[in-house]
Amino acid sequence: MPKETHLLNPDKWVKLHADYLYNYAIGRINNHDLAKDLVQDTFFAGLKAMDNFQGLASERTWLVAILKRKIIDYYRKINSAKGKAEVKMNFYDDGEREGDWIEERIPSSWNNETEKDIENEELSDALEKCIANLPEKYAMVFRMKTIQQIETEDICKELEISSSNLWVIIHRARTQLRKCMEDNWFKN
Amino acid sequence: MKITCNQATTICDKSQYKEATFWEILKLRIHLLVCRKCGLYSKQNGLITKCIDKYKTNLNKHSKCLCDKEKAQMEHELKTKI
Repeated sequence: MPKETHLLNPDKWVKLHADYLYNYAIGRINNHDLAKDLVQDTFFAGLKAMDNFQGLASERTWLVAILKRKIIDYYRKINSAKGKAEVKMNFYDDGEREGDWIEERIPSSWNNETEKDIENEELSDALEKCIANLPEKYAMVFRMKTIQQIETEDICKELEISSSNLWVIIHRARTQLRKCMEDNWFKN
Repeated sequence: MKITCNQATTICDKSQYKEATFWEILKLRIHLLVCRKCGLYSKQNGLITKCIDKYKTNLNKHSKCLCDKEKAQMEHELKTKI
């Protein structure tokens, strides 16, 4: 029996795949316009590369592969962007106190750390703001790992980073997030 | 077995995803016996994880997608290039 060969049908791309690709992108960058643009770019790139399609994978798988490439390009871009929203240092970097808490970043006791508070809908808004306040690269990796719950190995492959690099990013994101939630929610 | 606060809190973060190793957890436990600051971090970190879980369920309530107008626009731009 001959193997099934897949065909491309660009006329139906938007109808069949736009929502799927959009959801894939939004989970990683959480910006509507940007996610939309990435999907559109993916379709354009797909058109250009149609001749290279061998029909081994399904149309959707092939488009997702292109979108993944677009996402890594985006990640590279934000990773190299200098001077924007640098992540706050929480620990001394060198010297004899290396690895110790920096005084103003030491956790302080929270006033209203009750289970009941977590049920508050506004808490989710506060959390969303705090995530959005992270440098883009940190927010992106944090979302992929924590919200989308993508496996560590897969994130590393997708963004071409090492796992120790991933944990440094998660660690910095979470310490910054803790501080932000302390200042904006738990201390109020 | 001695680790810094930076290392201890990194393990604590890892353990929020159940990905810290046995030895890491052991080192963290020992550190927490003597370090109040990291103890507080550890406790609050667990609470932050609960907040995130709550946030996640809220997110799933309204699934995101492109509106018809945006898709029509996309379709239109794609057609000009086919």
